[in-house]
Amino acid sequence: MNGYLSIRNLTVRLKGGGTILRDVSLNVAAGQVHGLMGESGAGKSMIGKAVLGTLPRALDITSGQIWLDGVDLQTLPPAERRNRIGALAALIPQDPLTALNPSRRIGPQITRRLVDILGWKRQDAAKRALELLNEVHIPDAPRVMRSYPHELSGGMRQRILIASAFAAEPKLIIADEPTTALDVTVQKQILHLISEMQARHDTALLFVTHDLGVMSKVCDTLSVLYAGKVVEEANMPRFFMRPIHPYSAALLAATPTYTDPTSSLTPVPQTVVDQVEREVMEHDLRTAS
Amino acid sequence: MRDLRGDVKRTLGLRLWLSGGWLTILALAALCAPLLAPKDPLMQDLFLGRMPPFWMDGAEPGYLLGTDSLGRDVLSRILYGARLALIVALVAGTLTCFVGATLGLIAGYYRGWPDRIISRFVDIWMAFPPVLFAILLIAVMGTGLLSIIIAIVIIDWTRFARVIRAEAMTQGAMDYVASAQVSGQTRFSTMLTEILPNVLPTIVVLLTLEMGIAVIVEAILSFVNLSISTDSPTWGGMISEGRTSVHQAWWVLVFPLITLFLTVLSFSQLGEGLKDRFDPVLR
Amino acid sequence: MTLLRIILIRLLTTAITLFGVAIIVFVVIRVVPGNPIAMMLPPGATDADIARLQAQYGFDKSIFQQFVIWLGNVTQGDFGTSISLRQPVSDLVLGRLPATLELSIIALTIAVIIGGTMALLGTRFRDTKGEAAVDVSAGMALSIPDFLWGLVLILLFGVFWPIFHISGRVSPSINIDFTTNFFLFEALMRLRFDVIADLIGHMFMPALALAIPLAAIIAQLLKQSLKETMHLDYVTLARTKGYGENHVIAREALPNAILPTLTLVGVQFTFLIGGTVIIERLFSYEGLGNMAIDAVINRDLPLIQGIVILFALLFTIVNLVVDMLYVVLNPKLRHA
Repeated sequence: MNGYLSIRNLTVRLKGGGTILRDVSLNVAAGQVHGLMGESGAGKSMIGKAVLGTLPRALDITSGQIWLDGVDLQTLPPAERRNRIGALAALIPQDPLTALNPSRRIGPQITRRLVDILGWKRQDAAKRALELLNEVHIPDAPRVMRSYPHELSGGMRQRILIASAFAAEPKLIIADEPTTALDVTVQKQILHLISEMQARHDTALLFVTHDLGVMSKVCDTLSVLYAGKVVEEANMPRFFMRPIHPYSAALLAATPTYTDPTSSLTPVPQTVVDQVEREVMEHDLRTAS
Repeated sequence: MRDLRGDVKRTLGLRLWLSGGWLTILALAALCAPLLAPKDPLMQDLFLGRMPPFWMDGAEPGYLLGTDSLGRDVLSRILYGARLALIVALVAGTLTCFVGATLGLIAGYYRGWPDRIISRFVDIWMAFPPVLFAILLIAVMGTGLLSIIIAIVIIDWTRFARVIRAEAMTQGAMDYVASAQVSGQTRFSTMLTEILPNVLPTIVVLLTLEMGIAVIVEAILSFVNLSISTDSPTWGGMISEGRTSVHQAWWVLVFPLITLFLTVLSFSQLGEGLKDRFDPVLR
Repeated sequence: MTLLRIILIRLLTTAITLFGVAIIVFVVIRVVPGNPIAMMLPPGATDADIARLQAQYGFDKSIFQQFVIWLGNVTQGDFGTSISLRQPVSDLVLGRLPATLELSIIALTIAVIIGGTMALLGTRFRDTKGEAAVDVSAGMALSIPDFLWGLVLILLFGVFWPIFHISGRVSPSINIDFTTNFFLFEALMRLRFDVIADLIGHMFMPALALAIPLAAIIAQLLKQSLKETMHLDYVTLARTKGYGENHVIAREALPNAILPTLTLVGVQFTFLIGGTVIIERLFSYEGLGNMAIDAVINRDLPLIQGIVILFALLFTIVNLVVDMLYVVLNPKLRHA
């Protein structure tokens, strides 16, 4: 199974320290939504960063390949790699409040990639930006284009970031907990918007979240990550009916269902945690020897 | 990461050792100047004017670093000059620190009208070019060691007051200060027992920096002939003389300048080194 | 709205500060034990001569009366007459001001160029030996005050490798009649490149001496600010769009990193202007500071007063300009 984005045996280490990602493999098929599920600290955001080439400097990719549109990104020289990612992939970031440059107007922030990296004409890029702002249901788009980020609400800014992500018609979008920083009321609208945009533009989407409820609404397939290791990869219906790994089962049990709000929350049992820890340790021992 | 910290620690240690070492040598030289100095620093010999240092042609034996235009031994004058420099550094530095830190603590901790008055004075002081202010004060008070020390205290107390005020304000807003007050301590004793110990590292760092600055101020005043009496050896006075004859006898300028440079650098590096020592993250 | 309020508050505090400066100078210099009038007269002058001159300069009145008279005159633009140079103080001071302004501005320019480059290089090569080199050199440069840098430069580029002039503002051999005292500005306007070269040859070392400590501060503050900005999400986002490291630093991080350093650099620039006093003396540069030292040595009270007030005014103007720049450059305040 070869996806549009295909990560194979990716291992990421802290320089001179511990392992962040252990032998991670996953596939995102063209036009499909793949969820990346895990607790905080499991390393799920690092996968997105590794793909986009924005890993913190203290981290190194020690082995593995990242195939994007049939090319292994790891084999490309840095500039070419950057350009390829810039043209084919885009990020919807977690916190809309810090993801827009405060000293620059909204318009240029959407159009700059088109003009600078893809060589569009300025007017074409501006026209495209207006279209996109309409697509993400922003009223009075021309005025918003001239605004500075601090003049807009958090939900508004996340819409702009979504518009900006789709600007260059990327074939892959990585959404890194795109609703976590938002108010609950806005979360739902943004989630809808992402699904809507993904379907209309037929992009592959890697959706990173810790919220199984959110994931069930948007994803086709998913990977469950624990301590930097993929413990299960499945499509959504199968995962909800028959989770294979005990950690997945425990996760499902720990998630409140909307159909039965009276069911009590079950924490992940200690035995399951112990088993996953053991698996991770065995993996480490195997790779160390 | 761990390696980096090791590196940082090693360079810090080296910095402290080097600057501390130079200042110790200087202190010893100042104390033992009469024993170490090969010549009388005031002795003039017009036949031996502008003799070059020992490695150059035409050097006069016994005058290691050459002589100035009046035939006085440069090395001996540097050694004796260290006395004045260090006295000014220690006395003026400490007094400036005491006055400035006290006012800063009061302004930052008591706030209200004491703060308004002190801050107003700081603002006014900031509007003076410090060198001009110092020269003006010396012109008024007359030259001499005491005048220099008083002038340094008057122009530089704001350096302490500004920083310590800000620190005291931050500390004063902390919960532990509030709890000390609730437990019945007077404001004054809270200031001494709770605030002062926490701003002490900053005070010590500023103090070493101030010592370097005091040496420079004395040199500047000597340079414009407003330090102590003209014939007693000072580094600034030597630099002033060396500046006028720099094309004929560069060594009269170079050696006191190197000494002054290293001394000022050592004081500030000592301060920086101490600051990092006090930094709990690196310690 | 914001801009207007900032200006008004600043004007009020400026007035209070200048008033305080005037009082302090007035009191300090009238404690002078030596009698400036007596020094002006030839030996053998009678007491009556002294009394007559004292009355002429107003020294026979009480300090308070003198201050009120002086203040009254100042509000009409009259700063009195210099005792040693026997010319109106305002003429003398304004005649020298352009020299000091040109020197300070050249120094500021050098400091911004050197400091900015160091900060950008330190950020570009952060967490490597390159950054460490920037840190160490900035730390060194900062520990040594302008006076010592001036002396070091005199030795290096005036004596051992004499490529610059070590004293004066312009060579006597230069053949030009200036109509203003802004020599450099005027030479630029008139495209007299020989004159420009000569002026820069004189100015470069004093300006560099003044600039080195400021450059070090700019390098440290701006690098710190840049490094903090580099961790922010919008910088990461720009990377994913395909921008390289240089572009990200210069276009995304720099505009936002400048702002927090601006106010501090403004204060440091007033220190630089204060430093011109001794640096002008060191390089025999005919500016305000050099004149100030002569005025103190000659006990020329009206001149000292005029110069100190002008310096204080200059400092407050710099602070005002910095405050306004902060508002203009900060989009959050601009549209508030």
